[in-house]
Amino acid sequence: MEKIPNQKAWLLVLPVFALVAFSAVIPLMTVVNYSVQDTFGNNKFFWNGVGWYQELLDPTTELGGRFFASLWRNLAFSAIVLSIEIPLGIVVALAMPREGWGVAFSLVVLALPLLIPWNVVGTIWQIFGRSDIGLLGWTLNRVGFDYNYVANPLDAWLTIIVMDVWHWSSLVALLCYAGLKSIPEAYYQAASIDGASRWAVFKAIQLPKMRHVLVIAALLRFMDSFMIYTEPFVVTGGGPGNSTTFISIELVKLALGQFDLGKAAAMSMVYMLIIIIVCWVFFTVMTNAGQDRTAAGGEP
Amino acid sequence: MMYALPGRRVILALFLVFLLLPIYWLVNMSFKTNVEITSTMTLWPQQPTLANYRVIFTDPSWYSGYINSLSYVLINTLLSITFALPAAYAFSRYRFLGDKHLFFWLLSNRMAPAAVFALPFFNLYSAIGLFDTPWAVALAHCLFNIPLAVWILEGFISGVPREIDETAFLDGYSFPRFFVKILMPLVASGIGVAAFFCFMFSWVELLLARTLTSVNAKPIAATMTRTVSAAGMDWGVLAAAGVLTIVPGAIVIWYVRNYIARGFALGRV
Repeated sequence: MEKIPNQKAWLLVLPVFALVAFSAVIPLMTVVNYSVQDTFGNNKFFWNGVGWYQELLDPTTELGGRFFASLWRNLAFSAIVLSIEIPLGIVVALAMPREGWGVAFSLVVLALPLLIPWNVVGTIWQIFGRSDIGLLGWTLNRVGFDYNYVANPLDAWLTIIVMDVWHWSSLVALLCYAGLKSIPEAYYQAASIDGASRWAVFKAIQLPKMRHVLVIAALLRFMDSFMIYTEPFVVTGGGPGNSTTFISIELVKLALGQFDLGKAAAMSMVYMLIIIIVCWVFFTVMTNAGQDRTAAGGEP
Repeated sequence: MMYALPGRRVILALFLVFLLLPIYWLVNMSFKTNVEITSTMTLWPQQPTLANYRVIFTDPSWYSGYINSLSYVLINTLLSITFALPAAYAFSRYRFLGDKHLFFWLLSNRMAPAAVFALPFFNLYSAIGLFDTPWAVALAHCLFNIPLAVWILEGFISGVPREIDETAFLDGYSFPRFFVKILMPLVASGIGVAAFFCFMFSWVELLLARTLTSVNAKPIAATMTRTVSAAGMDWGVLAAAGVLTIVPGAIVIWYVRNYIARGFALGRV
């Protein structure tokens, strides 16, 4: 649809602009402000320039070391959960029944983990994985594995990854399911007349139709896994040691725990910048992909 | 059926069991006594008890948590939809100075980590006297819910042909009257989907909700973490409280089950 140029449209956007500016710009300015100042306490601040940023981006300092360690940890976590959840989501979406009561039932069960408060998700898995009262931990220990997510970093990582897969694979599955539903039956009939194999149908019909929603899914999953805080905090508290301390956990420790405002603010700025750059790249790729398809005469 | 995935029933069944098992375990625990939880490993309650739920429904420090949570979630949903609707209409129909930048800027707030905003929000809402009220949490959650609502509603409004607007204006409808009488009924399912998402993201968020409240507006999720650590581990009550936080979500899902798939694609499939 061609859009009409009309500057009065700003009036309609103004309320949103004002409200979001109030809750985004003012706090952001506070963060910028803290990130260039140092304090001796008593609310007396003085100019520190880019000092905090230099310290943060130098891996040899204590702050820089902590920042980069949690950054790599978080990137590894995001990469692992994305590489599990996207294929799993596609498979589950393909396995959905086409009609009958099974559809409604599966949809409701799939959506259930998405509406559980994040700390309750943590609590569920904290209980589920315990070797004394949790079904998973108890069973694993009975079978002979020495599974203990409180003491063993590898077990802690496995627990958090399985928890995230449990929590968010449904989102990918639901998005893919919506993409699959939009494929007209005629496509499949044409494919069967041509004698196409199942793999060919997946590659030539189903995957291209899901591409758009898959980009949305990857974008959402990257953002949220990169910002993860509550669930690992409840399950492991960032431990054992620092093995599951992701960036948000490190940041909250720094800001609300140690009250190191300058360091925390500098870290916040770099953290946000990384997320926004990655998302901007995603967003551009997504919009361009959409335009390509329209230009090629395909369905938008 | 053509081109079904081989073994799809088994795959789906396994996945659904994987999703339900931890939830079942929580429900199972909520009907047990603490003695049974810690001393034996039973797959279902041997002596089912409602005592854990009774604790929650009779103790104001527990049930007020639910009221607090629900009140800021509802305020936030109402605010987000009311503000987002006109903006979504503008983005869908008109081109204006800086529209694309504004849209990306709005979306970039959806990407802002809550951890970054926790401390500044604390300062801001303390300064304007809203700290420890549902309004503080509701306004803070607008940060990520309004951009999302604008995005979803823009998709749905773009699906309404512009001829409808023009006809209405020719018929002498004023803009507000057109908006309420004609446009809103047409995008009712979109409003439902957007409200569902606002509800969802406000309901599940804890970091901001916990930072911005202390006593009077404390959300149920925060009540869970604090009370339990103070009173030793009362696993049964913890489980019951957890089950009760799942219930509102489950009810909402049941009502929107036919729109879920389309809703999760944000009206863009």
